[in-house]
Amino acid sequence: MADLRSNFLGIKSPNPFWLASAPPTDKQYNVERAFKAGWGGVVWKTLGEDPEVVNVSGPRYGATHGGDRRLAGLNNIELITDRPLEVNLREIAEVKKNFPDRALVVSLMVPCEEKNWTSIVKRVEATGADGIELNFGCPHGMSERGMGSAVGQVPEYIEMVTRWCKAASRMPVIVKLTPNITDIRYPARAAHKGGADAVSLINTVSSIVSVDLDNFAPVPTIDGKGSHGGYCGPAVKPIALNMVAEIARDLETAGLPISGIGGIGTWRDAAEFIALGCGTVQVCTAVMTYGFKIVEEMIDGLSHYMDTKGFRTIDDFRGMAVPNVTDWRYLNLNYVAKAKIDQDLCIKCGRCHIACEDTSHQAITHLVNGVRHFEVKDEECVGCNLCVNVCPVDGCITMEPMKPGTIDPRTGRAVSDKYANWTTHPNNPTAVGVAAE
Amino acid sequence: MPDISAGRLETAELTKNFADIHPPLDRHEAVVESDRCYFCYDAPCTIACPTSIDIPMFIRKIGTGNVDGAAETIFSSNILGGMCARVCPTEELCEEACVRNTAEEKPVRIGLLQRFATDHYLGGHDHFGTRAASTGKTVAVVGAGPAGLACAHELSLKGHDVVVYEARAKSGGLNEHGIATYKATDNFAQKEVDFVLGVGGIRIEHGKALGKDVSLADLKARHGAVFLGLGLQAVNALGLEGEDLAGVTDAVRWIEDLRQAADKASVPVGRRVVVIGGGMTAVDAAVQARKLGAEEVTMLYRRGPEQMNASEFERELAQINGVKLVYWAAPTRLIAEGNGIAGIEYETTRLDDSGKLVGTGRKATLACDQVMKAIGQVFVAEPLADTVALEKGRIKVDGEQRTSAAGVWAGGDCVLGGEDLTVQAVDHGKRAAQSIHASLMA
Repeated sequence: MADLRSNFLGIKSPNPFWLASAPPTDKQYNVERAFKAGWGGVVWKTLGEDPEVVNVSGPRYGATHGGDRRLAGLNNIELITDRPLEVNLREIAEVKKNFPDRALVVSLMVPCEEKNWTSIVKRVEATGADGIELNFGCPHGMSERGMGSAVGQVPEYIEMVTRWCKAASRMPVIVKLTPNITDIRYPARAAHKGGADAVSLINTVSSIVSVDLDNFAPVPTIDGKGSHGGYCGPAVKPIALNMVAEIARDLETAGLPISGIGGIGTWRDAAEFIALGCGTVQVCTAVMTYGFKIVEEMIDGLSHYMDTKGFRTIDDFRGMAVPNVTDWRYLNLNYVAKAKIDQDLCIKCGRCHIACEDTSHQAITHLVNGVRHFEVKDEECVGCNLCVNVCPVDGCITMEPMKPGTIDPRTGRAVSDKYANWTTHPNNPTAVGVAAE
Repeated sequence: MPDISAGRLETAELTKNFADIHPPLDRHEAVVESDRCYFCYDAPCTIACPTSIDIPMFIRKIGTGNVDGAAETIFSSNILGGMCARVCPTEELCEEACVRNTAEEKPVRIGLLQRFATDHYLGGHDHFGTRAASTGKTVAVVGAGPAGLACAHELSLKGHDVVVYEARAKSGGLNEHGIATYKATDNFAQKEVDFVLGVGGIRIEHGKALGKDVSLADLKARHGAVFLGLGLQAVNALGLEGEDLAGVTDAVRWIEDLRQAADKASVPVGRRVVVIGGGMTAVDAAVQARKLGAEEVTMLYRRGPEQMNASEFERELAQINGVKLVYWAAPTRLIAEGNGIAGIEYETTRLDDSGKLVGTGRKATLACDQVMKAIGQVFVAEPLADTVALEKGRIKVDGEQRTSAAGVWAGGDCVLGGEDLTVQAVDHGKRAAQSIHASLMA
């Protein structure tokens, strides 16, 4: 039986599933409901200084939907907690007392002055909380006041504030990063230099989720106007995975603990983040869609997966995918795969054909001997995978690697068993000298 | 005398029994269902549709909230898309071809989506299409049924003026007179006729029967072209003694009387009814007899379920409504009691080794109060006075619906190959109109 217990920076939790700093973690009521449902930990919604901020009293969320109105992405313009600091600190202390076995990390955001950060860190420490997370991520509202992503977009500020907080507290310090930058490695390196115990990412992506075509205003709309918000949910998971991987494989930050955030809603999502090196994962949009109960599926699914694979603890597979994340130039150009359509599974919708015919390589038939039939023309197929992605039947189209020595009918050349990449390719003007064979 | 009487059920029960058989989808249901369409390439549903409606496109438009656009996609291929959404045997056409059958044995509910779009459009528009500039030409259309209406609408769009000659007092043909009541509720057939005529340029003259009030020669002389959408005028006889007994009726006539009755309780039906035949008309008669309060309804069909014209859905509909289906049963004698029907004798049948239907010699009888004949309708050619060539008793046409007579086109059930389907009649009418237009403008 898999052991899901997590020890992240010395913060222990019964499982690696934490709730991210967000509306679900704004109050004792919600957090205790989450703990009763089985969540391993929470990052309390970001605290700021009094007087408390004021939220809009109109819509603060917007969404994009997939088929059947499945929530694909959620966008929000909510600010940090709008409750008095004292109320939050009191509740944090009570929750920690009521649930001592759960992780309780507190997210913070105050103006960029050392005394402000030192002051609030001390007050949090007094609650008995397990750690703090520095919110350098929120891209809306608070950033206009020089906080949130306004800090996260300047590596020097990250390093500076992190250092102040480390100096002021015995607690582990997690730095939450914004994805609204060009290269995530720079802010991560800055956090590392400032002494951060870990980074967490991603915070939300700056976004306008849609435009109201009757009122001609961004959604959500407040009295005819809208402001960009922060985007999260399943749609941002690929962005998050890439940023996590970039940090995990960067030599300067290699080994820096990571708490993964971004579109996690199932055990499978969580396992992917863990495989890229994350020690815990944080969830928000999925519980805001379905409620806290989904953690049961996540715990059970991850446990079954680990049992099947023979992993006893999270650490047994944590980071296993990191060595396989590489630069494009190191991909094996001698590897050849062809799409293959399982005729027993094919429902003959023809989407593979039209996608390939209209937009790619004209490598899939539509009619064979006058009969509707979809089959890959190996002599045209470049193995691009588009047909696999547009096919509505999972597993119907697969990419089959060609065996070395067989002739690729597209190029007429035998498939080589040797690894060869762009750095040595004759077409590459900057290729290094080809090794003598 | 046979027990045939009106008012077997209370009005409230009759209202419930004759309500819409497939209640329409609401907006949420339609959007959820539209999500199920895969937007197939060279879509099998469109290929299966006799009028080639671009089904994936109209469903996609529903999904994006462009419901009027969806209806326009439908009407541009099939102006009677509203009725077809109600009466098409979709389980044998578009929905049978849907790839979701292969995927999970549950097709996209195309018929109901089509109804959603067309109902929406009819709620906000009194016609479809814009007429081209007048050509100054007129075309005669004989018969205001599906074929004639589709032809007239298409000709009108092309800028021709159309005069429709209709023998009956009401337009719509079988849509008005022949379809089971619960398939076209709320006077939909007439609403649809108004919608077709709303485009303008079409005048219907009622009470004008071909061969009686107007002649083909006369129509040819007065108009640039003639389209014959005559339908079928007579029903096959059983060829048994006693067909004139009280209680022996044509199913087609009975369905029409029921359809036209303002108060269903006024229509008489037997206590024990036997319907002879295996097509849609037989099912429509049998099911409606039950809905009207007949205690026992039996369908006798001389072949097996596989050979039956009625679809599987229709057979199930009959069974759900308590109709007993007796296959391999050929009527041999109508049993009289005085001047009325008292029962029917039939012989069981089978296919011999060569596949020919033969009697087994075993006979059985069924006591009944009413016999409805639904063994096929026939085309009556007399009004044409030998001016147009026939084949197998129907009008012979070419690929453009042209008859043997110059300037005369035909379509719908009166032509050879007609399949008794509204949607096919629409296709004939539409294609005939295109051919007529090309001929007139040449």
